[in-house]
Amino acid sequence: MTEPQVGMAQADRRPGISLRGALADIGRCQLLSLAALAVFGAGTLVVGALLLLPVGIGLLLLPPAAAALRRTSDRYRGWAVRWTGTVISPPQPLPPRPTPPEDTTGRHRQARALLGDDGFWHDLRWAWAEPWTGALLAAVPLALVEYGLFGAAVQPFTWRILGDGNWYAFILVDSTPTMLAALLLGLGFIAAGLKAAPATLRLHARWSRRLLAAPHTTELVRRIEHLAGSRADILDVQAAELRRIERDLHDGAQARLVAMGMTLDEATRLLDRDPPAARALLHEVRATSQRALQDLRELVHGVLPPILADRGLGDAVRSLALDSHLDVHIEVALPGRLPAPVESAGYFAVAELLANAAKHSGAPEVRIRLSHTAGALRATVTDEGRGGADPDGSGLQGVRRRLDPFDGTLVLHSPPGGPTTATLEIPCASSSPKTSSSSGTD
Amino acid sequence: MRVVLAEDLFLLRDGLTRTLQEHGFEVIAAVDNGPALLKTLLEEQPDVAVVDIRLPPTFTDEGLQAALEARRSRPALPVLVLSQYVDQLYAHELLAGGQGAIGYLLKDRITHTTQFIDAVRTVAAGGTVMDPQVIARLLVRSDARGTTAQLTPRELDVLALMAEGRSNAAVAQTLFISESAVAKHTAAIFTKLRIEPSADDNRRVLAVLAYLKR
Repeated sequence: MTEPQVGMAQADRRPGISLRGALADIGRCQLLSLAALAVFGAGTLVVGALLLLPVGIGLLLLPPAAAALRRTSDRYRGWAVRWTGTVISPPQPLPPRPTPPEDTTGRHRQARALLGDDGFWHDLRWAWAEPWTGALLAAVPLALVEYGLFGAAVQPFTWRILGDGNWYAFILVDSTPTMLAALLLGLGFIAAGLKAAPATLRLHARWSRRLLAAPHTTELVRRIEHLAGSRADILDVQAAELRRIERDLHDGAQARLVAMGMTLDEATRLLDRDPPAARALLHEVRATSQRALQDLRELVHGVLPPILADRGLGDAVRSLALDSHLDVHIEVALPGRLPAPVESAGYFAVAELLANAAKHSGAPEVRIRLSHTAGALRATVTDEGRGGADPDGSGLQGVRRRLDPFDGTLVLHSPPGGPTTATLEIPCASSSPKTSSSSGTD
Repeated sequence: MRVVLAEDLFLLRDGLTRTLQEHGFEVIAAVDNGPALLKTLLEEQPDVAVVDIRLPPTFTDEGLQAALEARRSRPALPVLVLSQYVDQLYAHELLAGGQGAIGYLLKDRITHTTQFIDAVRTVAAGGTVMDPQVIARLLVRSDARGTTAQLTPRELDVLALMAEGRSNAAVAQTLFISESAVAKHTAAIFTKLRIEPSADDNRRVLAVLAYLKR
């Protein structure tokens, strides 16, 4: 699994309807209630350090306390993504430690930077609120289940011993019928607790996001930095592409045309004196012209594959599949044509993923799904091969660079032993109402 | 023999018309766009059509679409499709009907007049002609899949030419071997690949293509 980027975490969410899922969610609620102690501890450390600032020792204590608090809040951010798919944008990193660490003015500077840091105060606000809001919230389904267990699993054995005044909720348990009623009520509590757990986790994640998400300006700054970076990348890629095209034309078709001109000249000279030699040269010219055409064809294919221009992404991928030596099963559910740049990025990305599968997976077949849902092109390439693909391989880096200008994402899931699933998403609108149907190839 | 020609570039249309006429074909119509092609194919009932894939108004695969459409209402209407590039998907679509009388060649091949004219005649006679590039890519794929592993290099040469739609005589001439040697290789190929042998040339080509596409 690659580093989760904004907007792609939803892909990994499991619907929490199964019993096992509900039990896991109860466990998570338990974890949240206990973790509140750590939050409280970290918050107290920071407050202590702040109170000690006037006497100087706070300067020493504040940075490690803030770092501990940040580690705690980062853990909560991770949980929110993993458990509910709620992405909480991380704040800017805390101010770095001075080098060398003994430098007193450096320490002053670090503490001052910390005190001016929005993310630090957000963390602290959260540390104050979490134990008596989030943790209490998480305790609700937990309490339901535990109290339910008491009614369903403990009362049947203890009601005789407990004697008078043994109340379970609103039931006075003093006979077998009332014991059975308590048992049923206990089961009801357990069911309610299990049912409430996933919703509680979602609510908790939303609440954490409200408290912990980076301020809007931080997100904007980050976005601008990202855009500037990806724009520079695009310009680099474009320049390199143009250089390649220029070089290919110069060394390929252009050179061959020059050679053809020279050979034709020679043939013209020989025409009267040595007709057979002239004929041989003319044959050579024809062969050269065909090679020049082949050069141009390859060049055009690398820039924009004609089938992509003619038929769009679905058929272009079908064409790729026909050239692959794997058995490729294709499902296409696209609403007609997509914007040309998106089709192009999607095509080259799928081509790379398919080539990777052919090269590394060892699987005999590959499944490709193309769909357009929720305003994004989504392509998945799955094989049942050996897995363990390197998410940072140069090919996949190239795919990410292609997707970057569109805010597209690539998620690779490739545990050792397989299967490998690569999912890419490119946000885009579809541009034509024409519908292409789904079909497979042999 | 009556030919309909579809090509939007004037120079090529003119050159093709002249080449075809020089070889005894009657060019009854030379059109430059997709809708006109479809209309002509349906109305004129030519013996063979020579069609450029990329035509106005869309400049995509207009010519291919018109040819496929015409063959839906008149199956086995002989069509030789020309293109600046060959794509395996288009080859699949053209062969899908399985009835032959179809050709798919790179435009470059028209510079080799005798072979081009041979191809037009083969298609007109109900045969199948595929560009060497289509076959080469099919063979690369079969090689990677191991489906042609049991063939000798010589048999692979024969297989490739056979799949292009060449007759035994043409294969013999290209490989500088006797026709009886070609027949021997062919028999060996069919036995090894377990393809039902057929006396009919076109059936033979289609069987080989079907095998390579597996």
